[in-house]
Amino acid sequence: MTAKVATVTSGKGGVGKTTAVANIAVGLASLGQRVVCIDGDIGLRNLDVVLGLENRIVYDLVDVVEGRCRLRQAMIRDKRLPELYLIPASQTRDKSAVSPSDMVRLCDDLRQECDWILIDSPAGIERGFRNSIAAANLVLVMTNPEVSAVRDADRVIGLLDAEEKGPVHLVINRIKPSMVKRGDMLSVEDVLDLLAIHLIGIVPDDENVIVASNRGTPLAFDNKSKAGMAFHNIARRLMGEDVPFVDVENQGFLQRLFSGRK
Amino acid sequence: MEFFNRMIGRKKSAGNAKERLQLVLIHDRTDLAPSALNAMKDELIEVISRYVEIDPTAVSINIAKEGRSQRLVADIPLRISNRRRLK
Repeated sequence: MTAKVATVTSGKGGVGKTTAVANIAVGLASLGQRVVCIDGDIGLRNLDVVLGLENRIVYDLVDVVEGRCRLRQAMIRDKRLPELYLIPASQTRDKSAVSPSDMVRLCDDLRQECDWILIDSPAGIERGFRNSIAAANLVLVMTNPEVSAVRDADRVIGLLDAEEKGPVHLVINRIKPSMVKRGDMLSVEDVLDLLAIHLIGIVPDDENVIVASNRGTPLAFDNKSKAGMAFHNIARRLMGEDVPFVDVENQGFLQRLFSGRK
Repeated sequence: MEFFNRMIGRKKSAGNAKERLQLVLIHDRTDLAPSALNAMKDELIEVISRYVEIDPTAVSINIAKEGRSQRLVADIPLRISNRRRLK
């Protein structure tokens, strides 16, 4: 087994990185993949609560790096799927507790044990970001259809370019079809035109995301919600499947009937 | 509301967002401020005028975008030289 390391990052905070990591991980694990998620946000850990695993933490990422436990001991297994694991961030330390080379070493050890390593990068372009991309084989840049998120995504894409990290794929999160329709939100096409990178996912805005994080059960466990489906589709695209994009901006039956768009 | 906006000629906000981002991203990517671009234009006009007659008011310098790469595009119309015209 040689895992691929995929880092989810964004520049701007609050665009949905942690939700995406949790859901894409669930998507990949439900395709039979062995997945390890790493929370790269040392000091502000959250992936554990989004996945509903917060009560089972004994050791964390910093414990592994500093040799207080073996890698295996810090891997919390999610019992809802056969092969889904989390390595949580430390809550009491800061980003300087881990270096980019620590992350490369850790991922090299982990690569033999799984198919995918998903790293949840913190917001920003400093140490935590550098740590999170150090071992990446591919990077998912998340953005929202909103000026500051797009600008920060562009900055991050530029930095990844300069570091020759890639391939880089774009995930556009929180599209509100009704706002796009009335011309008050950047469309998928607008964002793609501005950022000019490969698109791997379009996720509609969905209140269920909050319900899911309230419960600690990522949406992707249940296939019914639109956002959950969108994350499953990203997982399938990561597996190399050619999954057509759902036209989230024109979803209603009547809208489809009367609009000229496909 | 939409009708009203159209009546008073107000643009949809997504259009504003896109236009503003296009400009911001060009300057973020190239680290070239609009003022620097103008200074460069003035200097270029000065240098080129030493060799050939141009109309300084018609010169335009822009940054064009091709995917994620940018290029500097200068449009410098030449004036027909007076000497030639007399011949």
